[in-house]
Amino acid sequence: MTTQSYVAGYPQQTPPKVAAELCGVSKYYGEVSALNNVSFQIRRGELVSLLGANGAGKTTAVKLLLGLAAPNQGTIRIFGENPRSPGAKMRVGAMLQVAKVPETLRVREHIELFSCYYPNPLPLPTIVERTGIDGLENRLFGELSGGQKQRVLFALAICGDPDLLFLDEPTVGLDVDSRRTFWREIRAFVERGRSVLLTTHYLEEADALADQILVLNCGTIVAEGTPAKIKASVAGKTIRCSTLLSLDQLRVIAGVSSVRAQKGGVEILTSRAEVVLRELLAVDATVADIEIVSTGLEEAFLEITRREGAGNQNETKMEEVAL
Amino acid sequence: MISPANTANITAATRDTATWEQGKVARTMKQTLRIYFNEAKAEFLIRMRLPGYVIPTILFPLMFYSLFGLSHSRAALAGTTVGAYLLASYGIFGVIAISLFAFGVGVAVERGQGWMQVKRASPMPRFAYFAAKIAMSMLFSLIMLLLLFALGIVAGHARMPFMAWVGLSGTLLLGVLPFAAMGLAVGYFAGPNSAPAICNILYLPMSFASGLWVPIQFLPNVVQRIALFLPPYHLSQLALDRIRGGFSTADWVHIAALNGFTLFFLALAAIGYRRDEGKTYG
Repeated sequence: MTTQSYVAGYPQQTPPKVAAELCGVSKYYGEVSALNNVSFQIRRGELVSLLGANGAGKTTAVKLLLGLAAPNQGTIRIFGENPRSPGAKMRVGAMLQVAKVPETLRVREHIELFSCYYPNPLPLPTIVERTGIDGLENRLFGELSGGQKQRVLFALAICGDPDLLFLDEPTVGLDVDSRRTFWREIRAFVERGRSVLLTTHYLEEADALADQILVLNCGTIVAEGTPAKIKASVAGKTIRCSTLLSLDQLRVIAGVSSVRAQKGGVEILTSRAEVVLRELLAVDATVADIEIVSTGLEEAFLEITRREGAGNQNETKMEEVAL
Repeated sequence: MISPANTANITAATRDTATWEQGKVARTMKQTLRIYFNEAKAEFLIRMRLPGYVIPTILFPLMFYSLFGLSHSRAALAGTTVGAYLLASYGIFGVIAISLFAFGVGVAVERGQGWMQVKRASPMPRFAYFAAKIAMSMLFSLIMLLLLFALGIVAGHARMPFMAWVGLSGTLLLGVLPFAAMGLAVGYFAGPNSAPAICNILYLPMSFASGLWVPIQFLPNVVQRIALFLPPYHLSQLALDRIRGGFSTADWVHIAALNGFTLFFLALAAIGYRRDEGKTYG
């Protein structure tokens, strides 16, 4: 996070290349802090992913950026404007988590209705092609499968040809195939020079799509950077093995960054796998089932949130407010 | 968040900078009107395809009129005939169902299950949502009334001057408003699961006590006194005066009462709306 972008003339002189900006934003629901002094930018042509467990504050951030909630502290700008202003709204599309959509409206009717909200909507055939819903236009929404419904919600989000798109956990409940197709569509959207904020708790998803990842834990950004940087910021390798040593004994070995018990053995995170392994074999001759893997984003994410969580244990975890 | 990778992305962007950097995007008056029209059309299509909505709102008034209005349709009642009198009663019965359920259940469900939030995130003008429900309720009421009146003329021997038909229709269509306001208040206070029950609890006893089932003059004195505090009573008196012709001073009282109810329910709805804003938008 560069702070210099916030000095001198903010917010009037927000550079146009910034699509959305949160600056020192906090949001409380009663006593519970949903977001705590969060700042970030989404720039043109960039996909930023908010990554975090349920209740980390992802949906709250999206709501604030959409003007559906007001922050208790800090400022939010969408294209330099208040998120609630019509000017901002007409350049934004959103795919939110919604429990129920009117089911007795046809797909075509849903899309045509949302298209007319925007000054320059995409033509229906283009929307159909970009979201892969051909053949579904005349079906009632209620007749669609889960994956098809998600596609239609995606179509409603992009039908106004927005410059900035919010996707709040868009692939929840989709099978692997549908998810990959969806990713292709999101990538195509970003390649057209648009910006996206994607919230997800699928780490693989953030890794596959994001230019920038912000890891959110209990309303605070605990790590940020490119997927590669996030992965590099934690221990590089994971050693799995079975050993007689206790977790505490393992923790004191030089080079070990963290240890946890796992089914059938332990899992050791380290940046110096060779050193740790040599020491391990020297201390415990019974070590077996050794396996060394590069830390995936999953481990990196767990490591970051756990590390931060240790310092924040007294902070109340907040249930993500269901819409 | 500034990195060389992003700059590369920006350069690769195919969208022309002019569009990106332009400021406010305005909507023409014509486009705004089109939104209102499309919103109302969508709302109408959504309800029209819901048997759970169409049957009680359109078929029930016709069915009750057939059951109770046809057998003694020519008999005199309160300055008119049974056949004509019951057109007003069951017409109002239908109008209440149409508007109370569209707003009460519609708003509670759409608010409670996230759809309203999707709408609010979009650039739809905020009032279009409510205007669409009012327009839909009036159109639905008009359809129901035309069917009911046709039945009354053909089988119920209802005869009145053309202007009386117009006056009756107009009164009943405007009658959508107090019940829309009442529904709105329910919609902002009730959850998606409790709203249908609450609407029914309001709808049926209120209709009975106002004399929509059994004419008010045959109801016990106590009920007649309670009826003074119920909007359907005032609407039905106003409607009956359209059938009988002429405009009495009592009609002004009924109009004032209906306006009062509408404002009261709107104020109640506004409290619920603010409470809801505090929850989701605070």
